[in-house]
Amino acid sequence: MSRAETAGPAAGTTGSSPAAHPLWTLGLLRSELATVFRRWRTRALLGVLAAVPVLVGVAVRIETRDGSPAGGEGPPFIAQVSNNGLFLVFTALAATLPFFLPMAVGVVAGDAIAGEASAGTLRYLLVAPAGRTRLLLTKSAAVLAFCLAATFVVAVVALGAGAVLFPVGDLTTISGTRIGFGEGLWRALLIALVVAASLIGIAALGLFVSTLTDSGIAAMATTVGLLIGMQIVDQIPQLHAVHPYLVSHYWLSFADLMREPVLWDDLVKNLELQALYAAVFGSAAWARFTTRDVTV
Amino acid sequence: MAPYASDGTTDSGQTRVPHPMRRKAARYVVPVAVMGVAAATIGLVPALADSGDPDLPDVSARQLLAKIAASDVEQLSGTVRISTDLGLPDLGGLADGPAFGVGKDGDGSSADPASRLAELASGTHTLRVAADGPDRQKVSLVEKAAEYSIVHNGKDVWGYDSASGEVYHTTASQHGEQHREQVPGTPQDFAGKVLAAVDDTTSVTVDGTARVAGRDAYRLVVTPRHASGTTVGVITIAVDSATGLPLKFTLTPAGGGPAVVDAGFTRISFAEPAASTFRFTPPKGAKVTEGEDAGEHSLSSGALPEGLLPSGKSAGDGAAKDGVRVIGKGWNSVVRFDTGLGGGTRPSSGQGAASGFLGSLGDQVSGKFGTGTVFSTRLVNALITDDGTVYAGAVTKDTLVKAASGAR
Repeated sequence: MSRAETAGPAAGTTGSSPAAHPLWTLGLLRSELATVFRRWRTRALLGVLAAVPVLVGVAVRIETRDGSPAGGEGPPFIAQVSNNGLFLVFTALAATLPFFLPMAVGVVAGDAIAGEASAGTLRYLLVAPAGRTRLLLTKSAAVLAFCLAATFVVAVVALGAGAVLFPVGDLTTISGTRIGFGEGLWRALLIALVVAASLIGIAALGLFVSTLTDSGIAAMATTVGLLIGMQIVDQIPQLHAVHPYLVSHYWLSFADLMREPVLWDDLVKNLELQALYAAVFGSAAWARFTTRDVTV
Repeated sequence: MAPYASDGTTDSGQTRVPHPMRRKAARYVVPVAVMGVAAATIGLVPALADSGDPDLPDVSARQLLAKIAASDVEQLSGTVRISTDLGLPDLGGLADGPAFGVGKDGDGSSADPASRLAELASGTHTLRVAADGPDRQKVSLVEKAAEYSIVHNGKDVWGYDSASGEVYHTTASQHGEQHREQVPGTPQDFAGKVLAAVDDTTSVTVDGTARVAGRDAYRLVVTPRHASGTTVGVITIAVDSATGLPLKFTLTPAGGGPAVVDAGFTRISFAEPAASTFRFTPPKGAKVTEGEDAGEHSLSSGALPEGLLPSGKSAGDGAAKDGVRVIGKGWNSVVRFDTGLGGGTRPSSGQGAASGFLGSLGDQVSGKFGTGTVFSTRLVNALITDDGTVYAGAVTKDTLVKAASGAR
């Protein structure tokens, strides 16, 4: 670390800071979570996410009313949905993961710091004796909580819609073996957790962009733009050398949890990549946020 | 600076801080260092893991061949990575066409093994294999968020395509012993075909050791001798030192360049696979296509066209097998079969744009067989005559035309 870091405690001046109290951090996190989830924008995003599985489920239901199987085209697992409602969870996650979920996370993460700055509330937050690192950590925790909440909104609504619209029961894995409904639910939970973890990278990226600007809109647009850019690059075969480093490259690997036995290779690569993005852009956000002049 | 400067440095004396700009820059060292460590890890870990070739007692080629023959691995499960580079454009459906001779003009079920395993003829694929004795085998072609599986359990052979949910079912023929087929697409499948053809036109040597899928292996090198007509350059087979199982198969063409076929285990276990692996019941509501009683055939012939690899002595007698005849022997052998397509592929036969396109891919040749078109890949050359007969083999174009001329 820099000498400045060690100079602080050496001077013996931090002892007076009440920021060290853990309850204080908890309170900060609680107010941060309340700010995020009470916002109408957040609720609208979650509402859109909840509508996707219902829409997919109703469409498949109408399509297969005459007993014909759903077509092979479309998001993964869609062919199985009409036979087992649990597959609607996987289809819905596969349909929302490429765009809707990361876009929602990008909006919330991009807004985290820049939104406060543009509203002029950032300096009041910093006047409170919380410390910038602590504030940044709290903001990240709130964004991660949103990642988890958004994924579970999709998964739970899909499970409900699937159970209402289609029969449920034992399911066939994509390797052709059969697993019970309980085991299927367990895998659905694991898949939801993996999908939520897949959003960590874009959350860290959004948070970093958010520390660069004082305009919330600019930060959101940049984050979502970067995401779209990476997904376009991921589609160009000639650029295959950079594909393994794109945050979205291994996103669909969550489907490997439905193989029997589970194929861990890409799942592990995905989680490693998300951790790398979190480390790089998290520390970059810290470096930027703790050193920048906050004047507005 | 503002009163709410960064934590930890809030009240520290200005004299202790070197310079605000330098202090700012210092923090960016952290993300850069993280990136550096990550890059170093990505670069170094494979290098460190590759701890060199293992030390194994010397064996002769004869001993190693005996070891392979004596290999009695009945239970295994693992992952195979197979790359095929025939120099073909990746047209996907082309592999189903008459040019490959394996598309049995199926009923359109996406779960038909014959058409699906032909996909292996181009590109890189991951296969998961499991075997438990001669009666229970499974091979799965791993796709993005989907899988195509063939399960052989007792007398049933199931094909299941998870992307479309379609099921293909057929019963294996009852000739018990013939079930001792290898799982298609695996190194031992390829190695078995090659080693069956080893005779005096082949040089077999042991060339050091290698580590494949975490196991110590000998490298067996098979080179055609006195065979100027073949397009096969060198075949390398990595043989597990403990069990004698072929773990990796690499075929390099005589023309140089990257390997045409590179199939190797990336992970292997000799433990008994779970019984549920081989249990298959069609999912509710799935469309099941019943195949003819030909499961054995489709299982073994789908992966790569017969004749791509040198034919064994048993098949080399010119005996008719499904209308397939083998001309010549050893590395220069060529297979001949009838597609029944009288029209041929010449543009002049007037079958519209499709035949014109096919014709433009090949070279027109003529000989005692009449005229025809030669389609070339980096390994296999195929001649389709205008009366619909196909000659194909891992031989050069001249050898192929000569063989076809002599066959009449």
